[in-house]
Amino acid sequence: MEALLERLEGLLADNSIFTLQTLSYYGEGLVTTVQLVFLSLVIGLVAAVPLAIGRGSKRPWVKWPIFAYTYVFRGTPLLVQLYLIYYGVVFVEGIQETWLWVILEKPFVPALIAFTLNTAAYTTEIFHGAIKATPRGEIEAARAYGMSRRLMMRRIVLPSAFRRALPAYGNEVIFMLHASAIASVVTIMDLTGAARFVYARYYAPFEAFLFVAAIYLCVTFAILFFFRWLEKRLLAHLKPAGG
Amino acid sequence: MADTPLPLEVRNIKKRFGDTDVLKGLSLTAHKGDVITLIGASGSGKSTFLRCMNLLEQPDEGQLIVHGEEVRFKRTRHGREPADWQQVVRMRAKLSMVFQSFNLWAHMTLLENVIEAPVHVLGKPKKEAIEHARALLDRVGLTERADAYPAQMSGGQQQRGAIARALAMDPEVMLFDEPTSALDPELVGDVLKVMRDLAAEGRTMIVVTHEMAFARDVSSQVIYLHQGVIEESGPPDEVIGNPQSERLRQFLAPKH
Repeated sequence: MEALLERLEGLLADNSIFTLQTLSYYGEGLVTTVQLVFLSLVIGLVAAVPLAIGRGSKRPWVKWPIFAYTYVFRGTPLLVQLYLIYYGVVFVEGIQETWLWVILEKPFVPALIAFTLNTAAYTTEIFHGAIKATPRGEIEAARAYGMSRRLMMRRIVLPSAFRRALPAYGNEVIFMLHASAIASVVTIMDLTGAARFVYARYYAPFEAFLFVAAIYLCVTFAILFFFRWLEKRLLAHLKPAGG
Repeated sequence: MADTPLPLEVRNIKKRFGDTDVLKGLSLTAHKGDVITLIGASGSGKSTFLRCMNLLEQPDEGQLIVHGEEVRFKRTRHGREPADWQQVVRMRAKLSMVFQSFNLWAHMTLLENVIEAPVHVLGKPKKEAIEHARALLDRVGLTERADAYPAQMSGGQQQRGAIARALAMDPEVMLFDEPTSALDPELVGDVLKVMRDLAAEGRTMIVVTHEMAFARDVSSQVIYLHQGVIEESGPPDEVIGNPQSERLRQFLAPKH
């Protein structure tokens, strides 16, 4: 490790911008971005499953509120949602006296809430579409073989829908990674935040942002490969003979 | 003999879609080992009748008695529906269905398809279910295809797999809804052969079909439906061998 740092220092010797110091900003930014995106995706995913089931419910008081939620969050820019949640919470009467303020005061949690609500809305619609696309015959077979609604959902509809949703969901994950760049506008030092900082400090926009673009690209590729691997495993059943 | 309840008894089933009466009071009694074929032109209501037997369609009127247990109904604003869905689940498990378009679950291998309902509906131990499933796949000639997905199999293989799935439930009655209609002609034979074997071993079967040779050779009873009414019914020698009505004669006449 020591030796590696020394070598790195040697490489950076003639470089006024990319010092160990600035690289560590990028490193911390990467960690923050991954945390923010990963957490919001996981929570959003968990929330989206029951929401997607409810979205397809016959009961209007279940279906319509969920539709209204996804409509609003897909119909407005994420940046506006972030502003509303980040600045909006301050105006909630008395919130600054409660324990909640300890976490809401910092930008991370409001950003996490905004991202989670946003991705949950998109994921709900993705899953809802995939559930709706379950072949009628497979549902009929499940009913004919004595499955209850709940069992059919768990064993037939959801496993089949998740597989169908996989490519679209992979896109959503990449979209969230890129959208997370706006976290920097509420002072979060994510990847883009680090780039802005380096840019402001050295007035080197190209270096600062090209470098961060390269990091985003690398992460995107990692996500792409992960989903390709997952699709290969889980979508084997869609390939015709010999596959 | 008197002690064992009839596998399936259906009385006076009526069904309407909108303003159309599709089934106008149909009855049928299946004794153990019966093979009852339902024939008739498309639109005669034969598939709807079959689907009423396991409540994939809700009959508006009539009784359904599965293995001595009568299905209870209640009246609602939308018409009639089963009073107790637990009971429906229980009775459906005794009537396994083979569909025209196979309807295997696409995300599962063939073996997983066959053990799915026995394990998760009947609560059979998985190991036992797998053993049983492998034996059934042997019977329908699909030993090698246990790990294939439905999309990787031919239509004939899928349908024989679907029959294995139906057999895995140890059903009281097997319902076949035009099992060979979606198959290429050269694949029909294999499926029919499996069905003939099942009939020969005394399975109780109700079959909606256009295969007149099958109906003639295998059935114990043939029912000819026309516009939701049973027009002729009886042993195949009578119904197919000596049709009474002009309509049935025309229906049976070679179409070329």
